[in-house]
Amino acid sequence: MSRKKSDEQYNKSFASRFFRWLGGEQDPYIGVVEMKPQKEPEGIVEAKSRHKNEIFRRIQSIYDIKHNKQYRKFDKLFNILSITFCIILVTVLIMAISYMPPVGSPDRPVNNEVSKRYIENGLQETGAVNIVGGMILDYRAFDTLGESHVLFIATITVLILLRRDAKRTDGKISDYYYEPKDDIILQKVTRFLVPVIVIFGIYVILNGHLGPGGGFSGGAVIGAGLILYQNAFGFHKTRRFFTAGTYKWVSFGALSFYCLAKSYSFFTGANHLESVIPKGTPGDILSSGLILPLNVAVGLVVACTMYAFYAMFRKGGF
Amino acid sequence: MDFIRNFPFFSIILSLFSGSVCSVLPSKAARWVNTFVIVTCAVLSGATLFYVLQTGESFVYMMGHFPAPWGNEIRAGVLEALMALFFCLIMLLSMLGGRKKVDEEILESKQNLFYILVNLMLTSLLALVYTNDLFTAYVFVEINTISACGLIMIRRIGRTFEAAVRYMIMSLVGSGMILFGLCMLYDLTGHLLMSNIQESVAKVMEVDAYHVPLLVTITLLVIGLAIKSALFPFHAWLPDAYGYSTISSAAILSSLVSKGYIFLLIKIIYRVIGYDVFRSTHIIDILFIFGLAGMIFGSTSAIKEQDIRRMAAFSSVAQIGYIYMGIGLGTQESMIASVFHIFAHSCAKALVFIGIIGLTDASGFNRHFSELTGAGFRNKVAGIGFIVASLSMVGVPVFAGFVSKLLFARAAVLNTGKLLPTMIVLAISTILNAIYFLKTGIRIYTPNNGSEYVSIPLKEEKTYGFAIILFVVINVCLGMNSQPIVDMIHDGLAMFA
Repeated sequence: MSRKKSDEQYNKSFASRFFRWLGGEQDPYIGVVEMKPQKEPEGIVEAKSRHKNEIFRRIQSIYDIKHNKQYRKFDKLFNILSITFCIILVTVLIMAISYMPPVGSPDRPVNNEVSKRYIENGLQETGAVNIVGGMILDYRAFDTLGESHVLFIATITVLILLRRDAKRTDGKISDYYYEPKDDIILQKVTRFLVPVIVIFGIYVILNGHLGPGGGFSGGAVIGAGLILYQNAFGFHKTRRFFTAGTYKWVSFGALSFYCLAKSYSFFTGANHLESVIPKGTPGDILSSGLILPLNVAVGLVVACTMYAFYAMFRKGGF
Repeated sequence: MDFIRNFPFFSIILSLFSGSVCSVLPSKAARWVNTFVIVTCAVLSGATLFYVLQTGESFVYMMGHFPAPWGNEIRAGVLEALMALFFCLIMLLSMLGGRKKVDEEILESKQNLFYILVNLMLTSLLALVYTNDLFTAYVFVEINTISACGLIMIRRIGRTFEAAVRYMIMSLVGSGMILFGLCMLYDLTGHLLMSNIQESVAKVMEVDAYHVPLLVTITLLVIGLAIKSALFPFHAWLPDAYGYSTISSAAILSSLVSKGYIFLLIKIIYRVIGYDVFRSTHIIDILFIFGLAGMIFGSTSAIKEQDIRRMAAFSSVAQIGYIYMGIGLGTQESMIASVFHIFAHSCAKALVFIGIIGLTDASGFNRHFSELTGAGFRNKVAGIGFIVASLSMVGVPVFAGFVSKLLFARAAVLNTGKLLPTMIVLAISTILNAIYFLKTGIRIYTPNNGSEYVSIPLKEEKTYGFAIILFVVINVCLGMNSQPIVDMIHDGLAMFA
């Protein structure tokens, strides 16, 4: 019996590798995935016990329950009072809710001229098919402007707390170094999933004025995609397209665009000037005035915020 | 429409925009942007105040193309413009006075983040002052809370982290209560705009069915804001937050952040719930009692304290007690006194903190009383600032604190039921104030010839000295020339209704 392929060629082929793997001859992970077991850094046992002793000693000295009767009393009183307080609060709130107007009845105070105009005139006044999108980015855009700055300032606070600016001088290595990397299963799955997730996020953002979605939800989806990508490929890959500078300039660009665009529309609105931004035909992708670009700006801010939070908590830098 | 009506909107959007601008600037440039923004906002608010005084009526400003119940709107009257102007001035002087410490205590690479926090803090204060919409108020309460946390922990030492966590937990409980209250109020009235809610609340009060939820709603809103502004039993977060953060943060937190919430509360009382409805509930008595308790217990804690910064922090508890006592008295005059005390306390407390930092710097960075002997001679301008501020706090004539105490006493006479407790506690509290402030005053002016600490001449700290002198001037102006301010507050409160 003659072979069409030489041995060398056959050994390289997929079928041969598959059957060898099936027979248990070859482990595809050896030499490909980093398989070294996590070692505890040296001296950690000692440090741990020292830390534990320290805490124990501190608790002993400050909250000496055995000898400090006053503290013991306070401790008991505190527990009793906090439980009583919670029960009272819950009871009061439930009682108050039971007096509230019943859900779903047509004569609730909420069903007034405010929601009526949003529902009936929302489409022609804002040009957005998605009424919620029109409401948060056109009718009540000032609130949303504040809300996106809430995200911005939350990131700033996290940066203050966790960003590591100076190189470590004590020779210690961050926990991130000890984590296993290059998991091939995760990498293969991520390679399929991340493009889908990011494209879906972009779709949700761009479609915000036409259907359910918008900047906040789409940005969160993109942020989740970035985090998954980072988990699979590590920071040295994400750093090729997302650095501290990227974060800084993207969020600055998005927020300042948002700020300036909305200032223009607030100013023209309040001074009863004609705004030059066209509304377009409702239903088209390029319609509803500023809502689409604002959704993009919000989406960028949210995605950056999500990824920056993750990077800060994981490593203290991008 | 007059162009000047845009000014409140300009000041809010300018400070908001400068926040994101500062994130890409180096620290030096961020500092200049920050100073420029605060000065500009002060000028804009001053112009608004002038305009409103000229026209004699408040105006609303439509944020966008849609009128009020559908879109957002802000509103400016005499009191709003005055408050905004005052907040900007105090913030400017606090930043100038603490500038050197910011350089020393904050990492160079994180200083621009500090200025972002300050800019957005200014935005949130301005928005809380000008807003005419409860939900807008809530959004800016969020910004205010987060940036206050950042301001506490930007000086990276263990105590500030602990203080920030404590502040965050307490403050979020407060925010949660406000949000609960807001949701229930929206469910009962169907509106978020302040004036519309007030109309609906008046209608709801006529029907008996909704009394209980309305009462719970008012309680939640008031207690939430009381927690955030450190009224007496809810003040546990305060001493560490004011005592260990960098000095500009401490001055801003004590004199502006808590006052912003109190101003929002006054606005809610007048423009959302309606003053008569609020007075008919018993929450007003609870605020009165808490205020009185705060005046006594804040001062006794301050007397016991051996750390000068924490002493000043506890004194804030007492002063906030004064303001809530005024709200609790439940007359027009007492409300005017409360608002005046917001001004008097803001400028005095910021000056106390700025003065203290000069004294401790001249004592080898020690904050313990025993080390401060003779510090007033070693740093002369700080000593003068501290003495002026403490005289104002105690209530000596010529300074602002005297006028507010006089107004409180006059208001108490008109409320026969609460006259006696008010007068007694006011007297006791004044004596307690005098004990701890004069104790410190005598301590820093006791000559200490054997001291090894070097004195700091004014030449080395020009900005610092400038800030203190301006603070003193503002304080004396408020004290000597109080009648126009009181008239403005009176007109402003009348415009609220």
